[in-house]
Amino acid sequence: MTARFGPREEVTVARRYPPGHLRTPFYCRGRTGVVERVLPASINPEEEGFGMYDRAQVPLYRVRFRQVDLWPSYAGPAHDTVDIEIYEHWLVKAES
Amino acid sequence: MTAHDHPHAAVGEGDELPGYFEILEIALRELLIEKGLVSADALRRQIEILDSRSPALGSRVVARAWVDAAFKARLLADGSAACEELGVTMYDGTKLIVLENTPEVHNLVVCTLCSCYPRPVLGLPPDWYKSRAYRSRAVRWPRSVLAEFGTNLPDDVEVRVHDSTAAMRYLVLPMRPEGTDDLDEDALAGLVTRDAMIGVTRVATPG
Repeated sequence: MTARFGPREEVTVARRYPPGHLRTPFYCRGRTGVVERVLPASINPEEEGFGMYDRAQVPLYRVRFRQVDLWPSYAGPAHDTVDIEIYEHWLVKAES
Repeated sequence: MTAHDHPHAAVGEGDELPGYFEILEIALRELLIEKGLVSADALRRQIEILDSRSPALGSRVVARAWVDAAFKARLLADGSAACEELGVTMYDGTKLIVLENTPEVHNLVVCTLCSCYPRPVLGLPPDWYKSRAYRSRAVRWPRSVLAEFGTNLPDDVEVRVHDSTAAMRYLVLPMRPEGTDDLDEDALAGLVTRDAMIGVTRVATPG
């Protein structure tokens, strides 16, 4: 599966709340960041967790968020960041 | 009842009665072995490998990067492959990303979801790394957390937190301290601590 997004592209994490312990932290849902790098595709843990090992691998990204975009009351400087690994099906192109 | 048909207590961690999750783990382990999906020896071997890993491996990797610029470039490009050059295998199928601290950027590693940790190069994580307090606060108030570890960073340094949420594992390459030009690779490795490779502190100048 080819990656839809490339480095430096702005992406927004879906604001979805399906049940279960998923790899997309709640604190970044609905937030916009920048693709830091495209990682090797891997098994979708949301399928693997239910015994589905033979599916296509899904692209995985490291997305960099500014702290001030994650936490509006962030006390530190505006250049502080958080990098999070996010699977492609959680990402959409950011609206400019 | 085990396969050889007489009941006995499982060999556990200690003499105390097992708790709920220990009983669950023992039951799952015994079922996997009885069904032939995992052998008892393969399981034992994996625990042996886990226990053989310690921060000394990560320290060797860091010291090599400090003295060998070409190795450092390979380490930053592909952490797993470079570690394997030094005989440190990624036995758990994870890939290692090495994060370089510079005068401009300080990296800090956390796993907010559970306790993902670069075990192949650092061994088992410290208890605080797995605590809810560290996991939640490191992404929300990283500078306060760093200060509690004695690391006070000026505002012109970018604090870059890495939330280890999926397939990658992260190792911080600390800055080589001042005044260490005379030290050889082994002596340098002796300066590098576990906490510096997680990113909660820096490597101090010896003496």
